[in-house]
Amino acid sequence: MISSLIFILIFFSAFGFFLFRVIKIRRNILLGTDAQLEGTVSQRIFTMLCVAFGQSKMTARPVAFFLHLFVYTAFLFTQIELLEIIIDGVSGGHRTIWHWIENSAIAITYTILINAIELLSILAFFATIAFISRRNIIRLARFQKPEMKGWPSLDANLILSGELFLILSIMLMNSADVALQHMGQSQSTGKFLISNLIAPVWQNTDSATLHILERVGWWGHLIGILGFMVYLPFSKHFHILLAFPNTFFTNQKSKGKFTNLAAVTSEVKLMLDPTLPPPDANAPLPKFGAKDVQHLTWKNLMDAYTCTECGRCTSVCPANLTGKKLSPRKIMMDTRDRLEEVGKNIDKHGKDYLDNKSLLDRISEEELWACTSCNACVQACPVNINPLEIILELRRDLVMEQSKAPSSLNAMFSNIENNAAPWQFSPMDRANWTQEMN
Amino acid sequence: MTQKNNSSTPIRIPTCAELATEGKTPDVLFWVGCAGSFDDRAKKVTKSFARILHHADINFAILGTEESCTGDPAKRAGNEFLFQMMALQNIQLLNAYHIKKIVTACPHCFNTLKNEYPELGGQYEVIHHSQFLLELIETGKIKVNGNSFRGKKITYHDPCYLGRANDVYEAPRDLIEKLDLEITEMKRSREKGFCCGAGGAQMFKEAEPGNKEVNIERAEEAMALSPDIIAVGCPFCNTMLTDGIKINEKQDKITVLDLAEMIAQANNL
Ligand code: SF4
Ligand code: SF4
Repeated sequence: MISSLIFILIFFSAFGFFLFRVIKIRRNILLGTDAQLEGTVSQRIFTMLCVAFGQSKMTARPVAFFLHLFVYTAFLFTQIELLEIIIDGVSGGHRTIWHWIENSAIAITYTILINAIELLSILAFFATIAFISRRNIIRLARFQKPEMKGWPSLDANLILSGELFLILSIMLMNSADVALQHMGQSQSTGKFLISNLIAPVWQNTDSATLHILERVGWWGHLIGILGFMVYLPFSKHFHILLAFPNTFFTNQKSKGKFTNLAAVTSEVKLMLDPTLPPPDANAPLPKFGAKDVQHLTWKNLMDAYTCTECGRCTSVCPANLTGKKLSPRKIMMDTRDRLEEVGKNIDKHGKDYLDNKSLLDRISEEELWACTSCNACVQACPVNINPLEIILELRRDLVMEQSKAPSSLNAMFSNIENNAAPWQFSPMDRANWTQEMN
Repeated sequence: MTQKNNSSTPIRIPTCAELATEGKTPDVLFWVGCAGSFDDRAKKVTKSFARILHHADINFAILGTEESCTGDPAKRAGNEFLFQMMALQNIQLLNAYHIKKIVTACPHCFNTLKNEYPELGGQYEVIHHSQFLLELIETGKIKVNGNSFRGKKITYHDPCYLGRANDVYEAPRDLIEKLDLEITEMKRSREKGFCCGAGGAQMFKEAEPGNKEVNIERAEEAMALSPDIIAVGCPFCNTMLTDGIKINEKQDKITVLDLAEMIAQANNL
């Protein structure tokens, strides 16, 4: 009874906390401007099923793919066990689902499921160890870039340790339960292969201790999971949820297509044809490009919260690979961190508060001008994030709002304007090659 | 094979303006692009491609001195005003000439015309010259002679704006295979292709501080395969890789060739 109450209290506070934070993130994402997204609903569902659910873009790196697959499927399956934990927690029962079905034809599915969870958990356990060593012992280059210093590395290690804790506690729970079953002290639930292998460890442990250990495992797992849920939306690990909407809302355009700014179109049309009616003088001046997060689209902002900080983008970026400062992952992390800052300002000072800072304080011109717009980062991202769009919007602000292009680019602009080519050639010489056709 | 364009009779390249005075429109507009018009290396590609078009009896024309930059480098550099100025003027011109189909040897022009012009009122069927050349071969309008490159080792560099940006990976490869060549792929190819370093307006500025030039990184990757030919389908990739090869003093061993040049050579054009 008491334990049920404690359970309900802990469970609902954790869930409430999670929800509160998710609502904040949603509000922050919606600070963005409208997004022009191409594609049909069926294309979207297909993309989501392939990329998020099916992990299709992870296959580019087979080792990481399999390691991640173990953790991912273990996580998916464990949700079923979580359901039973919740039912047990509220009712004060033990393996309630098993009791519901133990005499029916589907009882075997319970045994199969728990076995699957155990097997996946063990695979996930070793995968997690591998992940920890890749980051901390092997020190893969993509996890050692400057933007990963401090919190991002700690975050990753915390999550990985949390996973180990979750797996260990579930194995503790199951193996203690199996040991008790062997003593006839707990109801048989069919054979759990992995716990059966571990159970002999408890040979010399008395049943009272085993009962306690089983509960420690149960509560440990529960608190682990709830802690995980509360922590999730503060971490890059939030991708496990956002990957789904984020891939669903992938812009289904050719990657080479950049948006045409509608505000520019009307101004240019007016320049080319002065007989057109002038724009409404009272209309607010349009903002060209993005200086801060609110000028980016909500999809750019969702991208930022979805980023797993995996660095696949940076590890294929031609600028980064040749030693330039640009790192597409950093672009996403800076966008997210700035958005968090803006969100906190809104919480503290109301929604119109300006702190005189911007995203451009975090992302330097040197980074922005190093991009070749090659789309390698976009292609590599396992959750369909587009760092290039943000880079372009920031460039647009530099050029159109602040006239801050590098001087060589300004020269290129004036060549195009005056000679209709990016170089200083006379337009009249454009067809000279036709005279050399023999 | 009949040799229609005997190299002593110069080929005349019609412009849309000329055709218009006769009340005609071309079936295909050859969009030459700024590099193809002014850059010496790219001009060779332009001429090769024009020779093939002529040889295959295609009813084509160019805009000639009326052509302007598509605005691609301005757009990628963030200057949307300049881009749209160029785009709207070009669209006006193209629509006035009733252009329906455009072919270009520049993936940047290709991408801009194909993806960014339609919303601004310019709707055309736009194809890259690799696709066009493949079609010419497949419909028997031109024949190729596999002998020209016998025994050569070749690799192909995917231009970002053709490959990843527009998912055209196969046409250039199929084209090369028509020459009885087998491509030795670089590790970073197709979706994983590595940029030559010119895109996003980088061609027109100094690189930011770093420890290497992007084009050298890519040229080294290609050189590691010791090919005889690096095939390209973009005038900027062509420049970048040619420079990368020269810096490594490999220009005597490795030639950077555009797909159009290879097809022209295989036709003795
Ligand atoms: S598009 Fe820009 S940021 Fe992305 S990989 Fe290419 S150069 Fe790097
Ligand atoms: S943007 Fe994508 S590829 Fe880059 S770090 Fe984030 S999740 Fe990884």
